[in-house]
Amino acid sequence: MRPQFNFFKNIDKLTVFIYLALIFIGWISIYAAEYKEYHHSMFDFSQSYGKQFVWIVTALVIGTVILTIDVKAFPAFAYIIFGLSIVSLIGVLIFGTTVNASKSWFHIGGVAIQPAEFVKFTTSLALARLIYETKSRSRNFKAIIKPALLVAIPVLLIFAQNDTGTALVFAAFVVIFYREGFIPGWMLILGVFAVFLFVLTLIFNEFYIIGALSGLFVIAAIFLRKKPAMIRQMFLLLIIVNAYVYSVDYVYDEVLQQHQRLRIAVLIDETVDLRGAGYNLHQSKIAIGSGGVWGKGFLQGTQTKFNFVPEQGTDFIFCTIGEEWGFMGSFVVVGLFIFLLIRLILLAERQRSVFSRIFGYSLASIIFFHFLVNIGMTIGLVPVIGIPLPFISYGGSSLWAFSMFLFTFLKLDSKRLELL
Amino acid sequence: MQLNNPNSDIFSRRKTPIILFVVLIGLLFLMRLFYLQVVDHRYKIFASSNVQRIITDYPARGLVYDRNGELLVYNEPYYDLMVVPRQVRDIDTLEFISLLGITREQFETRMQAATRYSRFKGSIFERQISKGEYAAMQEKLFRFPGFYVQPRTLRKYPHPIAAHSMGYVGEAGPSLIENDPYYRPGDYVGISGIEKHYEDVLRGTKGTRIVMVDALNRDIGSFQDGRYDTLAVAGTDLYSSLDVQLQIYGEKLFQNKRGSIVAIEPSTGEILALVTAPGYDPNLLVGRVRSANYRMLQNDTLKPLFNRALMANYPPGSVFKVANFLVGLQEGGITNRTRYSCPGFYRSGGITVRCRTHPQPVDALLAIQYSCNTFSCIQFRNTLELPKFDNMQHALGTWREHILSLGFGRTFNSDLPHELPGLIGSPDYYDRIYGPRGWRALTIISLAIGQGEIGTTPIQLANLAAIVANRGYFYTPHIIKAIGAPENLNPDYLQRHQTTIDSVHFETMVEAMFETVEAGTGRFSRIPGITMGGKTGTVQNPHGENHSAFIAFAPVENPQIAISVIVENAGGGAAWAAPIASLMIEKYLTREVKRAWFEQRILEASFLTF
Ligand SMILES: [Zn+2]
Repeated sequence: MRPQFNFFKNIDKLTVFIYLALIFIGWISIYAAEYKEYHHSMFDFSQSYGKQFVWIVTALVIGTVILTIDVKAFPAFAYIIFGLSIVSLIGVLIFGTTVNASKSWFHIGGVAIQPAEFVKFTTSLALARLIYETKSRSRNFKAIIKPALLVAIPVLLIFAQNDTGTALVFAAFVVIFYREGFIPGWMLILGVFAVFLFVLTLIFNEFYIIGALSGLFVIAAIFLRKKPAMIRQMFLLLIIVNAYVYSVDYVYDEVLQQHQRLRIAVLIDETVDLRGAGYNLHQSKIAIGSGGVWGKGFLQGTQTKFNFVPEQGTDFIFCTIGEEWGFMGSFVVVGLFIFLLIRLILLAERQRSVFSRIFGYSLASIIFFHFLVNIGMTIGLVPVIGIPLPFISYGGSSLWAFSMFLFTFLKLDSKRLELL
Repeated sequence: MQLNNPNSDIFSRRKTPIILFVVLIGLLFLMRLFYLQVVDHRYKIFASSNVQRIITDYPARGLVYDRNGELLVYNEPYYDLMVVPRQVRDIDTLEFISLLGITREQFETRMQAATRYSRFKGSIFERQISKGEYAAMQEKLFRFPGFYVQPRTLRKYPHPIAAHSMGYVGEAGPSLIENDPYYRPGDYVGISGIEKHYEDVLRGTKGTRIVMVDALNRDIGSFQDGRYDTLAVAGTDLYSSLDVQLQIYGEKLFQNKRGSIVAIEPSTGEILALVTAPGYDPNLLVGRVRSANYRMLQNDTLKPLFNRALMANYPPGSVFKVANFLVGLQEGGITNRTRYSCPGFYRSGGITVRCRTHPQPVDALLAIQYSCNTFSCIQFRNTLELPKFDNMQHALGTWREHILSLGFGRTFNSDLPHELPGLIGSPDYYDRIYGPRGWRALTIISLAIGQGEIGTTPIQLANLAAIVANRGYFYTPHIIKAIGAPENLNPDYLQRHQTTIDSVHFETMVEAMFETVEAGTGRFSRIPGITMGGKTGTVQNPHGENHSAFIAFAPVENPQIAISVIVENAGGGAAWAAPIASLMIEKYLTREVKRAWFEQRILEASFLTF
């Protein structure tokens, strides 16, 4: 055997296995969600599951082709690919068609393509090269400016398409900035704390929170009465936090738009708007909740059929899994994702090339963000934001883009000893 | 490339918090899912009260009116009792089966069948409950959750006529359901006649409503304010070209007889009456009794399901002389002035065709009037042996083209069911029988008098009468005149078909057929005050008594009706077919029949042989 043609050598089989498992689960779940009693064929190409089958087959072809590409091409052409994808984002703003109020689709010969899905991949390539090329080892706020600007370009263009969900995905690059030392850990903790306080303030009256925090300060001050310098610092902190808590209401009432407010409000009490924003969440929770331990069985779901749950094949695909396969099914899918993410992180960590490492982390971060938001919204932990569940949700662009992303990284990983 | 030594990766320890965060979120999700799916039972209760019932609103099929606005087909409401097996619980089975009048076994088998079909979709439990029966069970039905009624309609025919043309409706079969996404089990679909041909127009569009049902089996309003509901759209009405009164009359005249009447309006091709006898009452093929009645009709030795007007393939006999003479005049085999004397037979090369006694000599006009076989044979042979034809193939090919342009030897592809093409032999056909060049004009001389290897259907003969009436053209005979509104003419049949015969020759033929009725073989069927052209015929029947045939049109100057009548096993055309045609014409043109004795003779006649 001539080794230069053995493209599959050193490809991480475990990752490929999880990938195949997820796309298979996706396909049968789309079939179950869109199932019609009179059209049994899973290969009926007029139906979404038939189309998804075509997407799967073509995605596998694309993945295989990527494995044949010379590994040095990825860093070499990173900027060019990124540039082309930005051009396509501008193009879609001018020539694209509008679906669900987002002008983010190209319609080519009956096939709809969403360039923004691919931009996650191309931005990761460009970002990996940019950071890799930065000779200085100093990682500070000044060093973050260039990478942040790079990410900002696609984000602004996608916002301009009115596709907020996809634009938010780019927040996942925070993980890269953290891992590569551009931002300190306390900043992330602060961010999480801020979100936590925000939600807490919405549930309880802000004066209770301020009161509680002030009470905590008084108790702390009593314990620390020997250290006035520390008390002063803590007092300063108390003032800032209380100001933040107080401003939450203002932001919520004055800055957020009504539909955004409702998406947050229903997380706390879905009955707030049962005919609108709360409806989706309520139905989604009923579908998943009624699945029980073992589920109702394949094609036996009652809530995910009949339009109780909206967008069953795309954003709310997890409802079908939860209803028909129960907690066991949910466990398997969540488990597969966590397993895949950890595997990807470990693969990223074993790269000798900074380029490959950053690219691998980008892949893991973006899959993680999708996983977090998509499943989180169906079970009422995250506001409803319409982004697909990677590898599972119906849609050609998403599947193609994630497959390209994954196979590119697998290729980089397979040549990790050659690439520095 | 040695820019970034991994050993200088001072932040590599940061992978740990990242992995921990991922695992933390995973555990958080699993805890939440465990709570929703296993611990919290509220969602299971929500789901079971999220009971939807999908109700299909079946649109009424389009009605069918006759040309004068009289109703031919309408709908009668009834109810199907439906069941959703998943929603059936705690019912008093004993009370339920006594309410429906079924046995316990029937109840069990039907429930099993419904469950097999779908646990959460409705299927029919009891079909076609009448309005009266429904009223009796309506107030008790709420005690049986999972059961509900679905309003449907059935076809109904105010007059027991035109069964073959109207066709019938039945439940969609499995292969149709598989191939056409519109149809669902229990749906109705036109199976024959205009019900089939105009299915897409008549059926309308089904609607669906999703309603929410409470634990007491009560409809508590539409789901999501009807966001997913679609409205049913009623089927489009059709306006038939039939004249109900004429059709009734024709079927009455054919009592105790076998045969057919086809009456056409020459100026449009609209079929005024289409009688095939024996027929049946279309109400027999409706609803629950349909399959039993269908079997009964199928086993009937008189073959009532057979549509003679479109499918009976007779050698037309003398009636066909009309077509042959037109070809002869067009090609120059004879002229207006050609005369021959008839010795009472035609004899050539060992072949003899007999004629009858009639005045001598005859030209084309008189030959039609007296139906002279001798003249017919001579003109046919003259035509085929014209020197301009290279050979017999060429000659017969030319003859055949003319005959085909007169509407024979092919179907009209009209809106009528199961039309047959008949048979007009091509040169190849005779080559196969007699061998290439193994045949001459004399070999096929029987075609001259419409006998031998030739088949025509009654509708083709009526169309021939219409062509003569129009002096050279026809419109495709059809039975649906307009769609949606009387003035919306059926667009499929507005195309005029010109024949290959010049109109001048038709003038000769019109005169000949007029004289046939005035003073020739059809003279006993003259209608006082109405000018009529006609041609008698006798269809030879090797299996028994000959069939009586007649074609006609009237009035001669401005034809309103063209007709063909065939009475099986009744003998000569003049005796039975011509009187029936004349009665039909009288009825259609004057709306009443004055010749009571004439009518009585027909009504009393019976030609049924078993
Ligand atoms: Zn004669």
